[in-house]
Amino acid sequence: MSWARPEDVFSISLASYLDGELAITSFILLVLLLDGQKITGILRSFDKFASVVVEGACEQVIVGDLYCDIPLGLYVIRGDNIVLVGELDLEGENLPIDPINVSVEEIRRAQQVERDAMDVKGCVRKRMEFLYVD
Amino acid sequence: MLFFSYFKELVGKEVTVELKNDLAIRGILHSVDQYLNIKLENIRVVDQDKYPHMLSVRNCFIRGSVVRYVQLPPDGVDIDILHDATRREARGP
Repeated sequence: MSWARPEDVFSISLASYLDGELAITSFILLVLLLDGQKITGILRSFDKFASVVVEGACEQVIVGDLYCDIPLGLYVIRGDNIVLVGELDLEGENLPIDPINVSVEEIRRAQQVERDAMDVKGCVRKRMEFLYVD
Repeated sequence: MLFFSYFKELVGKEVTVELKNDLAIRGILHSVDQYLNIKLENIRVVDQDKYPHMLSVRNCFIRGSVVRYVQLPPDGVDIDILHDATRREARGP
């Protein structure tokens, strides 16, 4: 029987996000999900499926120049949905050049508008696809 | 285990990881695990303007299941060794 060496142990990569350099500080992380959501927060736990527990989770929604940080609290995110986990620098400002902070309802409306615009684009493209006959 | 060992050899090299959601990230390969989860350092998103939310992220952990391609530096790879290792692996124990 061969014992697992440190480099064979899964998720050793995520362990480094548990504590900051001084061990009393932690990084604020950005978690990207499959559906495009961006969750920021502090990593408290993880497992071999890369599921994570995020404390002080906020969904960061950016639509054009509008942004909104929607507080979510303590989140457990199932590993299946995670695309990437990134370390946010310092205060972790990812905002557009001239950010306009808006309320949750407004940003949701803006998101819906953006989604509808994308759907229309997709619809038109699908209808035109018959023109591209190879 | 073949690709796990292969990626371990590539630690320290610059690679570009293209994800299934079309996001492409260039960075130095820091570590890899048995699920081929990848940790990159000093990352740069290839099409920065399209993905503004990644601007202040320096290091990241990428789940293996969302990787579509890993683009390698042509000189960082000894393709013959990989070919040999694959033949050995295919022959079985």
